[in-house]
Amino acid sequence: MTAVLTNLFDGVAYGMLLFVLACGLAVTLGLMNFVNLAHGAFAMAGGYVCAVLVNRSGWPFFAGLPLAFVSAALIGVVLERLLYRHLYTRSHLDQVLFSIGLVFMSVSAVDYIMGSQRIFINLPSVLEGQFDLFGIGIGRYRLMIVVICGLLTALLQLVLAKTRFGSRLRAAVDDPRAASGLGINVPQVFAFTFAFGCGLAGLGGALSAEILGLDPYFPLKFMIYFLIVVTVGGSSSITGPFLASLLLGIADVAGKYYVPKMGPFVIYTVMIVILIWRPNGLFGRTAAR
Amino acid sequence: MSTTVTAQSDVAHSAIVHARWHGGEIAFWLIVLACAFVFPSRYLIMTDILRLALFAMSLDLILGYAGIVSLGHAAFFGVGAYCAGLLALHGIITEPVLALIVAGLAAMVLGFLTSFLVIRGVDLTRLMVTLGIALLLEALAERYSNITGGTDGLQGIEMQPILGIFAFDMFGKTGFFYSLIVLFLMFLLARRIVHSPFGLSLRAIRNNPLRAAAIGIPVNRRLVAIYTVAAFYAGIAGALFTQTTALASLDVFAFEKSADLMLVLVIGGTGYLYGGLIGAVVFRMLQELFSTITPQYWLFWIGLVLVAIVMVGRARLHRWVLWLPNLLIAQISGRKDAVAIPEGDAS
Repeated sequence: MTAVLTNLFDGVAYGMLLFVLACGLAVTLGLMNFVNLAHGAFAMAGGYVCAVLVNRSGWPFFAGLPLAFVSAALIGVVLERLLYRHLYTRSHLDQVLFSIGLVFMSVSAVDYIMGSQRIFINLPSVLEGQFDLFGIGIGRYRLMIVVICGLLTALLQLVLAKTRFGSRLRAAVDDPRAASGLGINVPQVFAFTFAFGCGLAGLGGALSAEILGLDPYFPLKFMIYFLIVVTVGGSSSITGPFLASLLLGIADVAGKYYVPKMGPFVIYTVMIVILIWRPNGLFGRTAAR
Repeated sequence: MSTTVTAQSDVAHSAIVHARWHGGEIAFWLIVLACAFVFPSRYLIMTDILRLALFAMSLDLILGYAGIVSLGHAAFFGVGAYCAGLLALHGIITEPVLALIVAGLAAMVLGFLTSFLVIRGVDLTRLMVTLGIALLLEALAERYSNITGGTDGLQGIEMQPILGIFAFDMFGKTGFFYSLIVLFLMFLLARRIVHSPFGLSLRAIRNNPLRAAAIGIPVNRRLVAIYTVAAFYAGIAGALFTQTTALASLDVFAFEKSADLMLVLVIGGTGYLYGGLIGAVVFRMLQELFSTITPQYWLFWIGLVLVAIVMVGRARLHRWVLWLPNLLIAQISGRKDAVAIPEGDAS
């Protein structure tokens, strides 16, 4: 019984991590309808920045995390201004090709600079090991992930639902023309949102080095996971992707624990079945224009 | 005889004119054949290009003609490759041509079954489903490594002579001519398909599915049909891969394979059959060039090419490339735009 609960906890932590990694994509892909397969590249950038700061320059881990966010967001905003914004109106095929190209470039660039082996980030001793809570083994690192990601999720929901920027974003997504007619600077809103999503991915990348493993092939390996979160979760709110990532996290951890031989088979099958059953995602409205 | 030309006969006339063999096309195939005799030491890489060309043609059928964006076309390639490998390894069907067709049919069955999943939903769902199917097959092949050989691949495949007469030699000469003949026959078939009323209806679907349905084209049935045919082509390409290299490993299902294929097609241009063939040649040359410059990091340059192509714009790029040939032809024969610019791309 306790093993089940421990697994469940690990699954939740994994799922929350996936959510932080993928929620930026939920906005670009789900709301702005831009097929960005290169989302994982921003996560990887954040992860590597954090690793270099912590391991080589001796920064504390908790100072590395915000830096991971900032650097990924900066890269995001530069690329958005330079490249991405020209492609918003292009066909999906163009967007796919472009983002695959970016993935390829990031993979070999990181391979060139950092080497191809998996890297680890030195954790402070506070975060190592696990403790027992009512007999359930809870990893300290995973608990921290749950706390950080939980707070971020609540914050995001609040920003989207309650603030002026949130309503601008929703307006810009629903109808860009009408929104700009009302004086909303749509490109600016998109650029900011894109950068913020990339920043979150960077933060997620830094957090995930311990759990998912960080190597140059990170964007390719986890691309499908991010896409699953968004397509299965739908795009009407961030609740959908959130639930989808929890589901995915729990299913993946449980699958690896109980039927290790089936590998990722379970996940892909579930995804295909869900997409056949509800092409617009479990909780979604249509993303097509 | 009436003097007014009805719309129907007009369309039929222009379709027939388009379906005729141009001088350029005959020249193209003559050049391909000439390559076989000009570079006798390069059979292996030329065979590789031919396989890639066939595979790209397969994607062109669904992407360029029917507008289905697929990220998992390697699935069918892989099924064809493993099917041909297993048939040869266990001595079930030892004759390569027959095994080739059987492998193609196996991929075709898979294509038919999965087509129903693919035609549902919008672009994004299609991307995910095709990608998911390829990943699923890769996971399956890894899981049942007792059959597929796992990461080591199928080992010890020995190919019997083609039709019992032509044995595969170590320089790849037989393999090359075998691939060339298969490619040419498949090309003829594809050419027949895309110029038929069926092919025209596919283009109508690509340009506007709603309008196509309104004029009475059974959209879903046509998409299922072309997806199945494309799967057959990819399966044949995969089987050719196994037969000419005596190798089949998990790589055949890899995402990179599908992504590379997209690049091949985009370089060559979508929506006309020569796109895949030209793209395969250019892609392989680029790959050779990059891997001689930086053996380990050629992926970076491939990525850069992709980004550059998209940023410049595919249509504009093709106009630049075709500017000189068109100018020459216009000067010589007084016609305009003799070399076809690929039609509007899939959206």
